[in-house]
Amino acid sequence: MIVQALAFYMFATVAIAAGVMVISARNPVHSVLFLIAAFFNAAGLFVLMGAEFLAMILVIVYVGAVAVLFLFVVMMLDINFVEMRQGFLQYLPIGGLIGVILLIELLFVFAGWTVTPDAGNVAALPMFDLSEVSNTRALGRLLYTKYIYLFQAAGLVLLVAMIGAIVLTLRPRKGVRRQKVPDQVRRTRAESVEIKKVETGKGI
Amino acid sequence: MAELWTGYLLPTVIIVAQIIAIVAPLLLAVAYLTYAERKVLAGMQLRKGPNVVGPFGLGQPIADGLKLLFKETVIPSGANKVVFIAAPVVTFLLGLIGWAVIPFDDGMVLADINVGILYLFAVSSLGVYGVIMAGWASNSKYAFLGALRSAAQMVSYEISIGFVIVTVLLCVGSLNLTEIVRAQEDLWFAVPLLPMFVVFFVSGLAETNRAPFDLPEAEAELVAGFNVEYSSMPFALFFLGEYANMILMSAMTTILFLGGWLPPIDVAPFNWIPGPIWFGAKIAMVLFVFLWVRATFPRYRYDQLMRLGWKVFLPLSLFWVFLTAGVLVATGWVPK
Repeated sequence: MIVQALAFYMFATVAIAAGVMVISARNPVHSVLFLIAAFFNAAGLFVLMGAEFLAMILVIVYVGAVAVLFLFVVMMLDINFVEMRQGFLQYLPIGGLIGVILLIELLFVFAGWTVTPDAGNVAALPMFDLSEVSNTRALGRLLYTKYIYLFQAAGLVLLVAMIGAIVLTLRPRKGVRRQKVPDQVRRTRAESVEIKKVETGKGI
Repeated sequence: MAELWTGYLLPTVIIVAQIIAIVAPLLLAVAYLTYAERKVLAGMQLRKGPNVVGPFGLGQPIADGLKLLFKETVIPSGANKVVFIAAPVVTFLLGLIGWAVIPFDDGMVLADINVGILYLFAVSSLGVYGVIMAGWASNSKYAFLGALRSAAQMVSYEISIGFVIVTVLLCVGSLNLTEIVRAQEDLWFAVPLLPMFVVFFVSGLAETNRAPFDLPEAEAELVAGFNVEYSSMPFALFFLGEYANMILMSAMTTILFLGGWLPPIDVAPFNWIPGPIWFGAKIAMVLFVFLWVRATFPRYRYDQLMRLGWKVFLPLSLFWVFLTAGVLVATGWVPK
């Protein structure tokens, strides 16, 4: 038990520290690297809660794909660090306000759980007994039965976003010579090689 | 005191011993994989390969390691020091931690977690960070170009690897690696899922930056690619990490498609041989194909690499996911 508590405090502390470093690091590449550290610790917290599927998906999707592209973009940008720091104090009150509002909302949720402990049952979620089915299976059974329409709708939203991004950035360029693999494969010796006898000192 | 010993210290000691029992043979295997690579390439090119240090040149990997260890570590003055040092460490670490979930025999596994295959997939998709951090922190054009190539390449091929894993999972009905191997007792998945086996192997070559997809370190264009600024032990860590990743990818191929520790046929002379030996032999066979490919094929051009990943493997693997699911549902073979 004590090991679990220690692990929880370690993951939580490191996650918060990494989160603070994300916004306070001078170099944006360092910010992204700290963001990755925060993701890892969040995954660790998921594992502690017994949600190992979510933990692995968090690492695969966010760390393995999203953060790579993020890092890719940030590394390529030519950023003036001094200019970027100037807006910091200006936006601090607004950012702080949003943070405080989120904190209050979280407190309300937590207070709700404490005041009426059976509030969770009112939502009537068909929860599975996690001692019988693994959480991967439980998630799948919920997502693909009860929430299938919402799940499909979420997929469609992502698809539209992807198509939108491609349409916005695609620009037809002239003079591009693309490789046509079927044409290359179809070439035969007869139509591409010609043997000529060249006499000495004459050329073709 | 006795409770502290049996409750906390003893398990810790046992786990540390198990980790050493996995990592020490792994590092030895990595050292001798470099030797095997040089010998195989030499054999295919009608040369002798390393033959001076020790009998048959068997001391060569040790000599190379010692040489690298005694060289000076050079950190470029424009480099970002912390990230520069962290990059090879990350690569090496990721090459090792994947082995925590690999089952060497039925029940012979360090951590038998429910989502083993996802863990392996996560570890292999994190491999890109070592390369990308090294390329950026070196503050050098060639290293940076190598890192960018690698990032795009590994992210592209990861997708088809993911779909291949999904097809296997459809046939097994579990994410646990031991369950995946047990499901192949009658028939290895390499037979019914042969196209996926090929896609997985080729994507594995791209994911580990091996020839013919070794564009991140294309020596003719990029000098040495992302590790051009590295010397001595940091370079050795990259090297070890890359080869450990190759072995890990071969182990994944073996578990997903070649029946892990299972013998080819469950009859007398074959099932006398213990599982770990079968497992090792299959990994060695896959690794030999890795080396064979390097000796045979020329390097891909970058646009061809992207075409193969996105326009050939992605549609093919997506089609096979649908086909497998359809066949399983139609025939009622869906597991549980």
